[in-house]
Amino acid sequence: MKATREAYGEALVELGREHPEIVVLDADLSSSTMTSGFAKEFPERFFNFGIAEANMMGAAAGLARSGKVPFASTFAVFASGRAYDQVRQSIAYPGFNVKIAASHGGLTVGPDGASHQALEDIALMRVIPGMTVVVPADAEETRQVVRWAAAHDGPVYIRLGRSPVPDVFPQGAPIQPGKASVVKDAKGRGFGEMRPGGERDGLDADVAILANGIMVSKCLEAWELLAAEGITSVVVDVAFVKPLDEKTLLELAGRCGAFVTAEEHSVIGGLGGAVTEFLSENCPCPVVRVGVRDRFGQSGTPEELLAEYGLTAEDIAQAARKSLELKRAE
Amino acid sequence: MGQKGKCEVTTQTQCSKKVEEIRRVCREVRKNVLVMIGTAGSGHPGGSLSCVEIISTLYFGVMRVKPEDPNWPDRDRFVLSKGHAAPTLYAVLAEKGFFPKDLLPTLRKFGSPLQGHPDAKRTPGVEVSTGSLGQGLSMAVGMALAGKLDRKGYRVWVLLGDGECQEGQVWEAAMAASHYKLDNLAAFVDFNGLQIDGRVEEIMNPSPLADKWRAFGWRVLEVDGHDVDALLEAASYASESPGAPTAIIARTVKGKGVSFMEGQREWHGKAPKGEELSRALQEVTKS
Ligand SMILES: Cc1ncc(C[n+]2csc(CCOP(=O)(O)OP(=O)(O)O)c2C)c(N)n1
Repeated sequence: MKATREAYGEALVELGREHPEIVVLDADLSSSTMTSGFAKEFPERFFNFGIAEANMMGAAAGLARSGKVPFASTFAVFASGRAYDQVRQSIAYPGFNVKIAASHGGLTVGPDGASHQALEDIALMRVIPGMTVVVPADAEETRQVVRWAAAHDGPVYIRLGRSPVPDVFPQGAPIQPGKASVVKDAKGRGFGEMRPGGERDGLDADVAILANGIMVSKCLEAWELLAAEGITSVVVDVAFVKPLDEKTLLELAGRCGAFVTAEEHSVIGGLGGAVTEFLSENCPCPVVRVGVRDRFGQSGTPEELLAEYGLTAEDIAQAARKSLELKRAE
Repeated sequence: MGQKGKCEVTTQTQCSKKVEEIRRVCREVRKNVLVMIGTAGSGHPGGSLSCVEIISTLYFGVMRVKPEDPNWPDRDRFVLSKGHAAPTLYAVLAEKGFFPKDLLPTLRKFGSPLQGHPDAKRTPGVEVSTGSLGQGLSMAVGMALAGKLDRKGYRVWVLLGDGECQEGQVWEAAMAASHYKLDNLAAFVDFNGLQIDGRVEEIMNPSPLADKWRAFGWRVLEVDGHDVDALLEAASYASESPGAPTAIIARTVKGKGVSFMEGQREWHGKAPKGEELSRALQEVTKS
């Protein structure tokens, strides 16, 4: 168990040692976004802009234009909301190489409540041309995604969580950033047990469950619930909401013909939106979305909120049953 | 500061009674703030304790409000722009009778009307939803403009953090307020010198703060933000200064009243537990 924001902080320090061009920016939240480790080790390459997120994003654009590789961090609500226009105009439009690492995404921020719970950030970022949008599932995937982002040329939005999440990937797992990862196939094999390009027959299932962030581990629980009633499923981590791994989606459409998407985000415009948009144009089949149904968040513990907003393993299983029913009715 | 003292219109005894009452409220509010945050297990004690006198003085010595009719059209308005000080606002509103005090310990709990940051839809007496810093002054400008349009006599009071003044939107609002000559608007700055990552002047120095507000066309007062007399006097000056909004830079101590929290940045967003809570409560009830 580790929060993805923690893994981000550690990855930054590692990368900082290897790449002198990496600079880190924060907006008075370095102890929460976990950029404080980098700040300590590389004070001359760390810039705290104070409570001024829009200015921070503009400065990140300028640093990128001058050959630096800036990682700019604040909470996801502020990175995607307060600074939306700066991210769009100053960073994405000229295609600058800025990495936006936004922590405290989703409901699991907990007691701070709606003002601090980003449930629209993926939609906002996904709609910007050229923006890569990633929601890693656990600490290991975060480490690898951050590393990938540092090497990738172009703007990237990485959404991180506040609360610790169970490990989905073993350390050093051969994750291929950009590709969807099957984390449990219909035969119950985990990520480590399937060689890339190896046995694909485990993808033949009643339903494919696509998820990212904290919802991946919830989907693994749902897999068990469904298996107990004789429904086979595959759980696929789609960390890259954009660009989507279309090839894997098409394969799953062929093999399963029914989908569930699960995300700690509005059902509008996030992973569920991206998947339905793609499938309806290329291989129409039922997709049932698990996510927040057009509401703001509120105060509560992470578990209370996940239950209230319909983001539990049982909600995912229920969505899978519905998706299967729709497939059978076709 | 101006000659006009708060005691001009009242007698000295009425005046000191009022000050006594506000001080009593402050003691009660400090205690409740600590209990609330302690019970919630999360929250922001530092910046809640630094503004106890400011908010208490406004509600118990300055503003005209009707707790039984929170949306009374002629009420004075208060905007807590630094929304993370919600516990102080809630404790003052409860003390004033906007809702029962027994709601206070539900702060931050699932289903509670007392959300982690102010939620205008859920809590009687809360004018606007805040928590994302830098937005309150703009909303207050809108309320003050409406007051002018409707020829109403109400006043709009705002509380900003000093770190919050780093947000560009604060200065866009400041420009608009003086442009529209919003003399029905006044902003307190809780000048406690700290933000999350450290001292405000080290993170992103907004000084000279008073000169900045002046340069944006505001009248500026600097007061001791824990001195009820001084706060009353400043508020009365702000209420009688035609033609321009007033900024009141209130020098405060973050964590005020609890020795081990005072001036300590760790207590920005950490709840006191067990022994810490009882020690803190002891200190604020004694004082
Ligand atoms: C737009 C925005 N950015 C960041 C935060 C996170 N945050 C909450 S409190 C705080 C520090 C506030 O400092 P200051 O305004 O000085 O308040 P005080 O010290 O009085 O608590 C920050 C950065 C926020 N709530 N809103």
